[in-house]
Amino acid sequence: MNSNHQWPTWEVFTQKKQGAAHEHAGSVHAPDAEMALLNARDVYGRRQEGVNIWVVPTTAIIASTPEDVGAFFDPANDKMYRSPNFFKTADGLKTI
Amino acid sequence: MDVKVKTDDLSAKETAFNDSIKDGKVIEPKDWMPEKYRKQLLRMMSQHAHSEVVGMLPEGNWITRAPSLARKAILIAKVQDEAGHGLYIYSAAETLGMDRSEMVDQLLSGKAKYSSIFNYPTLTWADIGAIGWLVDGAAIVNQTVLAKCSYGPYSRAMLRICREENFHNKQGYQILAFLMRGTKEQKEMAQDAMNRWWWPSLMMFGPSDKDSPNSADLLKWKVKLYTNDDLRQRFIDRTVEQAEAIGLKVPDDKLKWNEETRHYDFGEINWEEFFQVINGNGPCNKLRLKQRNDAHSNGQWVREAAKAYAEKRKAN
Repeated sequence: MNSNHQWPTWEVFTQKKQGAAHEHAGSVHAPDAEMALLNARDVYGRRQEGVNIWVVPTTAIIASTPEDVGAFFDPANDKMYRSPNFFKTADGLKTI
Repeated sequence: MDVKVKTDDLSAKETAFNDSIKDGKVIEPKDWMPEKYRKQLLRMMSQHAHSEVVGMLPEGNWITRAPSLARKAILIAKVQDEAGHGLYIYSAAETLGMDRSEMVDQLLSGKAKYSSIFNYPTLTWADIGAIGWLVDGAAIVNQTVLAKCSYGPYSRAMLRICREENFHNKQGYQILAFLMRGTKEQKEMAQDAMNRWWWPSLMMFGPSDKDSPNSADLLKWKVKLYTNDDLRQRFIDRTVEQAEAIGLKVPDDKLKWNEETRHYDFGEINWEEFFQVINGNGPCNKLRLKQRNDAHSNGQWVREAAKAYAEKRKAN
């Protein structure tokens, strides 16, 4: 068997339509950014799935760790007053 | 380190994992998972990806001989989709920590398995219809369920694939429907394809659950949501009607609607044949492996050129 050149992976994000947020689609292998874009188009855009594509080297993505989910998101957990549903006011009003 | 504490810790983790799956949690790549869950998924997903890739071969066989330009364009698009499906699943499988080149090596060396159906030959144009309709039809039944499985990257890849498979399924059915409105020879060709592809399509769901060693774990972990037999039944129930609608006969004398169970009863599957094909003795096993290896080595210069170009651009 011949040797494999294992190209690095790139994460692919596609934008469905103008104005929408880019969404993660998957990953591709490619030797450089230009090829990564072409491969991403062929793999994740055969059916007009997007109007724009981002490719990002997988190693450039820093993610939070699931084990620390409690402590990491703790600052948000005890501030329910940030939600408008927290406030009980008068009944029957349509504008607040 | 205290070994006992360590094992207790592990089993506690595993219990929590099993509970979270029971509650419908979707597992993501960085979540803790039992080693066996990871291994089983990797085995299933890499086999699935290999099947998509090898699946291009029997159909690719007819690209140069498609009966019209439109059929040729459609078939090329379909075969390109299969390559895409392979890539989606390899990409999802890589999140479990195995490099794609390692999976590809396992395929090329013959160590990895792929769906036994692709070891059958495509003898006539009608076979392309039968593959799209029956083989992709069976795959849709399987994949619609896998889209709800507990592993996030696999489930998302399946959602994408299912949308595309419906095109495959319909174009295949339309090929056969068209032939069934044609001459006597064309009708016979369509029925002959049906006769050869029906039973291997039923085998695609795998052995009966009592003979399927991995089923219990996979069901517990919601990697599988239904048994092989359940999915096979679902496929038969929806496909018989489609066959009848265009005048094709299902090649099974025991096939009969059962009013009581509200399902079709069907004849015995030849499992001896299934295991023969799985173990390398099908009509095309050696050919498929050779074709894959040839394609890989013929593409070597492209991989090298792209790498050299990337390096040159980086240096400038």
